[in-house]
Amino acid sequence: MQNLGIDVLFKGSNMMRLLGGLWVSLRISLIAVFFSVILGVPLGILMSRNSRIIRAITRLYLEIVRIMPQMVLLFIVFFGTTRVFGWNLDAEVASVIVFSFWGCAEMSDLVRGALISIPKHQYESAKALGMNSFAVFFFIILPQTIRRLLPLSINLVTRMIKTTSLVMMIGVVEVLKVGQQIIEANRTSSPNAAFGVYGTVFLLYFIGCWPISMLSKYLEKKWKND
Amino acid sequence: MSIIEINNVSKTFDAKKSNIHALQNITLSVEEGEIFGVIGLSGAGKSTLVRCMNLLEKPTEGEVIVDGKNLVALPAKELRLMRREIGMIFQHFNLLMQRNVLDNVCFPMEIAGVRKREAREKAKKYLDIVGLSEKAKAYPVQLSGGQKQRVAIARTLASNPRIILCDEATSALDPQTTGTILSLLKQINKDYGITVVVITHEMRVVEEICDRVAVLDHGKLAEIGPVKEVFDNPKTNAAKSLLLERKIRELEDVADGI
Repeated sequence: MQNLGIDVLFKGSNMMRLLGGLWVSLRISLIAVFFSVILGVPLGILMSRNSRIIRAITRLYLEIVRIMPQMVLLFIVFFGTTRVFGWNLDAEVASVIVFSFWGCAEMSDLVRGALISIPKHQYESAKALGMNSFAVFFFIILPQTIRRLLPLSINLVTRMIKTTSLVMMIGVVEVLKVGQQIIEANRTSSPNAAFGVYGTVFLLYFIGCWPISMLSKYLEKKWKND
Repeated sequence: MSIIEINNVSKTFDAKKSNIHALQNITLSVEEGEIFGVIGLSGAGKSTLVRCMNLLEKPTEGEVIVDGKNLVALPAKELRLMRREIGMIFQHFNLLMQRNVLDNVCFPMEIAGVRKREAREKAKKYLDIVGLSEKAKAYPVQLSGGQKQRVAIARTLASNPRIILCDEATSALDPQTTGTILSLLKQINKDYGITVVVITHEMRVVEEICDRVAVLDHGKLAEIGPVKEVFDNPKTNAAKSLLLERKIRELEDVADGI
């Protein structure tokens, strides 16, 4: 045990602190996922319309998010805007803003992709049955879109959870940072702690993301033939 | 009496380089109770023409008069009601995959506000007409192409249409199944007096069930008349080339036989 450096986890409340850190990570990502969905879905629907102006603006937004590393975004929002605009931004709030900004872009693109993948004849036959556009969208298009969308968006969720490890760079004490603190505090008494603690952090991420990723696989398989 | 009147209809699609004239000044009428065929090579404008008949495509010019009403001028709500009188079946069947056959037939009735029990009763009746009563509980994935098209026909019948538009309805089916679907359409036409409009690129479909036929060529009406007249004595190149193609196919079949 001493050699693997797992013992430090059982000193004091270290394990609880680590779990608390995990909760911070999950909280940031889940709140961001929530905003990504409620903002990204309407945006995606908007993008599937054939408006050149909307397409140009959303294109720009999407490219910015894709090209810019999340860490740079975090720095801009947390260090940059607070300085320039003189407001006081909590690090966790800044993280949620950045992750929502990112997630919303990806989500809207997924929604757009799913919507335009629905063949035109689906709209046509529904209309030919005398349905109004509302009924066509909610009873015909939406259910099919959700099926195509869900596995992909779950994948996005796991990516967002993983990427929260970056928020420690702006001072949010999440699971990785807690791990670092524990290692630092026990540097002399258990020099091998890095292996045990980071290994545990890895496991925690795994426990957090694996069920989600399994769910996505399951849904993909279940709906493949429909 | 004509049930569908297409008056001087043109449809132009805006494209990047040059506009596409899918239909140009088409005028024709479909008589009540007949089976009317529209034939042409792909890109001739057949699908656009049939979509103008229930206004899935809005004509750029001209009027579409169905049952005395000009669809182009109709408000959205009345247009939807009219569409229920104009059934349509497609090449891709377009059934709901998560619902069984019976529920698929019930679906448009439910949307239209028919009570569930009544809808089920009706649906059973229509499944009986198309000969699929024993598959009521099956799901679309368990059905063959021909059976799926039968469900689509039953679903269309459920809204009591006076017209059924068939957009390449048999093009995804093998020759034998095509035959059974065609005779079903013919039977529905005869028993219920429903006018049927068939869009196809297959000669034999027209020969087998249509009373009259229109030949489309590059968005223009090339020829129109009783099937026998048009096929026995084609006047335009478009009709001739369609017939020629059939001739070649026949010869190929003979050659295969040898």
